[in-house]
Amino acid sequence: MSIEVRQLSKRFGDFVALDRVDLSVDHGELLALLGPSGCGKTTLLRMIAGLDRPDAGQVLFSGEDATARHVSERQVGFVFQHYALFRHMTVFDNVAFGLSVKPRATRPGKAEIRERVMSLLKLVQLDWLANAYPAQLSGGQRQRVALARSLAVEPKVLLLDEPFGALDAKVRKDLRRWLRDLHDQIHLTSVFVTHDQEEALEVSDRVVVMNHGRIEQVGAPDDIYESPASPFVTHFLGDVNLFHGRVESGRLTIGPFAHAVNGVDDAERAVAYVRPHDLDISRLADGALAAGRVAHIHAVGPLVRLELQRDDGAAIEVALAKERYRELGIAPGDLVYVKPRKLAVFPDGQDYVI
Amino acid sequence: MSLLNRQYSMLPGFRLAFGVSLFWLGLIVLLPFAALIVSTAGMGWGAFAHTLADGRVLASIRLSFATSLCAALINSAFGLLVAWVLVRYSFPGRRLFDAMIDLPFALPTAVAGIALTGLYAPSGLIGQWLEPLGLKVAFTPLGIVVALTFIGLPFVVRTVEPVLQGLEKEWEEAASCLGASRWQIARRVLLPTLLPSLLTGAALAFARGAGEYGSVIFIAGNIPRVSEIAPLIIVAKLDQYDLHGATAVAVVMLAISFVCLLLINALQWRVARRHGVGR
Repeated sequence: MSIEVRQLSKRFGDFVALDRVDLSVDHGELLALLGPSGCGKTTLLRMIAGLDRPDAGQVLFSGEDATARHVSERQVGFVFQHYALFRHMTVFDNVAFGLSVKPRATRPGKAEIRERVMSLLKLVQLDWLANAYPAQLSGGQRQRVALARSLAVEPKVLLLDEPFGALDAKVRKDLRRWLRDLHDQIHLTSVFVTHDQEEALEVSDRVVVMNHGRIEQVGAPDDIYESPASPFVTHFLGDVNLFHGRVESGRLTIGPFAHAVNGVDDAERAVAYVRPHDLDISRLADGALAAGRVAHIHAVGPLVRLELQRDDGAAIEVALAKERYRELGIAPGDLVYVKPRKLAVFPDGQDYVI
Repeated sequence: MSLLNRQYSMLPGFRLAFGVSLFWLGLIVLLPFAALIVSTAGMGWGAFAHTLADGRVLASIRLSFATSLCAALINSAFGLLVAWVLVRYSFPGRRLFDAMIDLPFALPTAVAGIALTGLYAPSGLIGQWLEPLGLKVAFTPLGIVVALTFIGLPFVVRTVEPVLQGLEKEWEEAASCLGASRWQIARRVLLPTLLPSLLTGAALAFARGAGEYGSVIFIAGNIPRVSEIAPLIIVAKLDQYDLHGATAVAVVMLAISFVCLLLINALQWRVARRHGVGR
């Protein structure tokens, strides 16, 4: 089932949680809502589920207006950050809950419920824990039970609110890979909320980056990472160096340095954003963006991280391949130049508070 | 694990503290019970049976427990409702509402008794409207139930309240997403979680009700075999210097209370075991 959101708005007192948001989710897609806390991503998800009511706007399921439909009639599976398992019920009863509350006419028989619950528990690889209580499970197991429970009623849409937020790093990584595999198996239209850009980029088909109740950018993970549409997105997706300068007829000028940039409008004040691994180090000033002295060298892992100090005291972060680092033979205190392999230029003065 | 197996603690003196608390518990709680039983044992079986065979005594014991059971049941229902409103909604005067619940705790029971009697007597503010309907409250068992309901309310509210506060709203949302109706959410998700605390609250209200004296004697009217409660019988016997008779009634009340407490504990243990081990 496809989902469409039209001009959805919501305020909590003076706080604008959602500001006329438009979004469409294709059938069978796995979409990530990414943004800092308070950006409205959870509010948007809860409105799609029907757990909160919008002040204005519409939610459409397969083209039909579902805005006025009650949660229990929307056929959505919702997975909560803190699992929300019923702790007085066994794992089996938790998963069976959705089936057992169906009206008598459509409720499956006992044997059928048993069969369906067990097959779902097999799907989440927890059939051996059917008689345990939630308190006896680990966080990762609880979240898998919660997922099985939401799938039991055969929802048309699966909504996950920071599903891995309460888990530790290792489990988190395993579980998100597992979620991706599961989605490839069952192809259920899914939307999940996260504030972890790595998670969003790794798991989803498309990413929606949100800030201040608005959508900043929608696109495939690769597009978003490679060509961020705004300073905010650039910032939010990872470490980035800022170079302030001026754009004039295709040239970015930063102090004594100049760099050719194509397709950027002239601007009196502009900022170039370059990721640490998109910077190269050179002993020559040719085509450089800035100069700096090597302040620190962290040579642990496959990448060597250099911290350079510019004349004005600002720091530049550079990530070099170990091989390139050896080739250059840099030592602390050296004066070096940084050259961008790739950069994004935006006019200065845009609001990108994280 | 040994009883005296202690962990390293910031504060020394476990042995002393344990010893003193054991002594205190013995002095304050166990000693009176023991004295009661010893005193009763001294009277011999014949006299004991004779005291209890009195229809007036039996009726009073039955009345005491029946009315407090009624009151506990009423309080379970309405106490739950009050606690729910208190926890889930914010409204002007909520703090006042909150403080009002403790009033039955704080008020001298005699004051409550007089106030209720004034209200429900045939000429009272409410009584005058109930009288024509054929409903007599004051000086009947019904009046006793009213008084005990008043006394028992805070027990239920205050025991259920913290559990209600701990109820995650997400449970209701999760159940709702799974297609459960409001009634199903209440019955299958909320009630089982609340049941242990509700049982505790009801048990406390019941225990208090069975022994309540001050607030009941005015409104009850104390008509023998109709509205005379067991504690009053004890007092009456003491007034007649019948110490053995008084203790005999007391021992029976003690035994019944003890059995009730045991039953409720067993029930609670069962509920807790069924609804989530390892909490």
